[in-house]
Amino acid sequence: MQIDLSVIDITKKFDEFTAVERVSFEVNQGDFFSILGPSGCGKTTLLRMIAGFTEPTAGTIYIRGNDMAGIAPNKRPVNLIFQQLALFPMMTVEENIAFGLQRRRENKADIRKKVRAILDRVELPGFGEKQIDQISGGQKQRVAIARCLVLNPTVLLLDEPLGALDLKLREQMKVELKKLQAQVGTTFIYITHDQSEALVMSDHVAVMNQGTFEQLDTPQNLYNKPQTPFVARFVGQNNAWSGTVHQGQERYHEIRTDEGLIFRTRAEEQLEPGQRVDLFLRPEAMLIQPDPGLTELNRFDVVVNSILFDGANSQLLVSPLNSRRELIVALPQNRQYDYIDEGDKIELGWDKDSGICFRER
Amino acid sequence: MKAFSGKLHIQWTLVCFLTPVVLWLSLLIVLPHIDLLLMSFRTEDDSGRLMWSLSNYMLFFREPIYWLTFVRTAVYSILVTFLTFVIALPVAFYITKVAAPRFQGFLTLLLLLPFWVSELVRVYGWMILLRESGVINHFLLKTGILDRPVEMLYNDVTMIMGLVYTSMLFMVVPLIGVLESLDDSLIEAAYDLGANMWSILIKIIIPHAVPGIVSGSIVVFMLTLGNYLTPNLMGGKNSLWFTEQIYNQFIASFNWNQGSAFGFLLLVLSSLVIWVGLKLTNQKLSKVVK
Repeated sequence: MQIDLSVIDITKKFDEFTAVERVSFEVNQGDFFSILGPSGCGKTTLLRMIAGFTEPTAGTIYIRGNDMAGIAPNKRPVNLIFQQLALFPMMTVEENIAFGLQRRRENKADIRKKVRAILDRVELPGFGEKQIDQISGGQKQRVAIARCLVLNPTVLLLDEPLGALDLKLREQMKVELKKLQAQVGTTFIYITHDQSEALVMSDHVAVMNQGTFEQLDTPQNLYNKPQTPFVARFVGQNNAWSGTVHQGQERYHEIRTDEGLIFRTRAEEQLEPGQRVDLFLRPEAMLIQPDPGLTELNRFDVVVNSILFDGANSQLLVSPLNSRRELIVALPQNRQYDYIDEGDKIELGWDKDSGICFRER
Repeated sequence: MKAFSGKLHIQWTLVCFLTPVVLWLSLLIVLPHIDLLLMSFRTEDDSGRLMWSLSNYMLFFREPIYWLTFVRTAVYSILVTFLTFVIALPVAFYITKVAAPRFQGFLTLLLLLPFWVSELVRVYGWMILLRESGVINHFLLKTGILDRPVEMLYNDVTMIMGLVYTSMLFMVVPLIGVLESLDDSLIEAAYDLGANMWSILIKIIIPHAVPGIVSGSIVVFMLTLGNYLTPNLMGGKNSLWFTEQIYNQFIASFNWNQGSAFGFLLLVLSSLVIWVGLKLTNQKLSKVVK
């Protein structure tokens, strides 16, 4: 498979501050690749280096094997969709989309044809004559995408383009964007701080923190097999617990939490007895009142502090007995747990493969 | 009763605020202009009596020196406005988009600084630099570039330079206003889509800046057209400006009727050029002056 973008050991320093530090990765042709990270982690700087707006301090960027060093943004085969979309308010929808083609001095009939085709593709036929301030947020989004896709870029860069939309529209655009990408087959590089956007749309996701990649993996692996505590905390919800290794055998270890609970869980790294560790447990990994027949489960008793009803995302806030630590537990809405009330004492259980622990850092 | 007194109260405040404006406009602008307009249509007959006549206006068209100066003034004013725009746009762009935000205020202040001294002093400053025995000639002679001093004053080029210099601020300030509202990402987006500097300027920056360009141009054009000091001192006898003709009629010839007619011709000219300008750029005066 052809590699569209390859970034090797790229570093960007602003005076003393290092925004991006020795990041390397490759993106295959037709991939939907996301860079996920909290604000200020350097993801926008990385994107701007690929687009050509920022010169890297060190390292190289290759697009389809061509070194991009010293090539200006207007000469690169990449296009960027800005966070605020940056549609030209002084032009119509059609003029916006035709802008890039006109800069390439293509002939008028071709431009017309291509603009028509791309407007159909983003499902805005007949919108060409409209002014930018006459169309809605979701339509602006599609015009911005059309304006870049019409140029047929090798790589399309997207800088949190859904950030300005309201929740409902954002959910809808997520699906549309994924579909569109599958149709056109262009390589997308999408940056976001919203993990749900990254997980839903991407083939591969890189989790970025403080200028470096923590983990580059498929969405499933990021969620199920986080390799660092940061990824465990950042991707999806997680309950964190600190404790000490009691005894270890193969991949499973016995952990004694600070409350005195003993759990058996898996670890991705080598741990010695007495080692301080952080244990992570997903809210949906905990079973409420598990069947007594399941003997392999880690079991413990908790008190329900409050019930957060949110349809399919309903949760319980609970505390282990004699502890003030608060845990989040998923509450399935299948009417099986309707009897649970605030203040009740319930038993929770989880499988030793659902938790993951890391050496404390 | 209460409502009535409230209404009365509002009317009193309105009167209080409007009185200075109305007095200013009527006493200092409207009334003198009506008098001048009447005067421009009157002329002395052979026996020295005033009578109604169009002869003041007829004279303007009969004597080439008058209407040639008039056309010259109009063309040069448009040229000055254009040159001022060409110089002011990069300056305003630098201040709003390139310079670090903490220097923006300082740079604007530097532009403002020359306006703390009067125009007269500034023009004499230029004269000290440019005259035959001036600083620049002295320097060029010393370094051996020239072997004889050159008179750089009293020609069209120098006069236009002086007028542009005088008008700069009035173009830069409205341009800074519009460019500040231009989102940087629009420029970057255009660059990303393959535009070069020139097409970004033509397609993005100038269309966005049109309201500022028009309001700056109106101010610069009117100030230049009505300027007396700079053309008189820097242009000298070789570069006649229409305001000098008006001055001559009033002061030298003591022909107030002729002077008023010229004054009104200038007023018509400036209104006409601004009207055409607004029509060409598709702008509304009320929008531009805001």
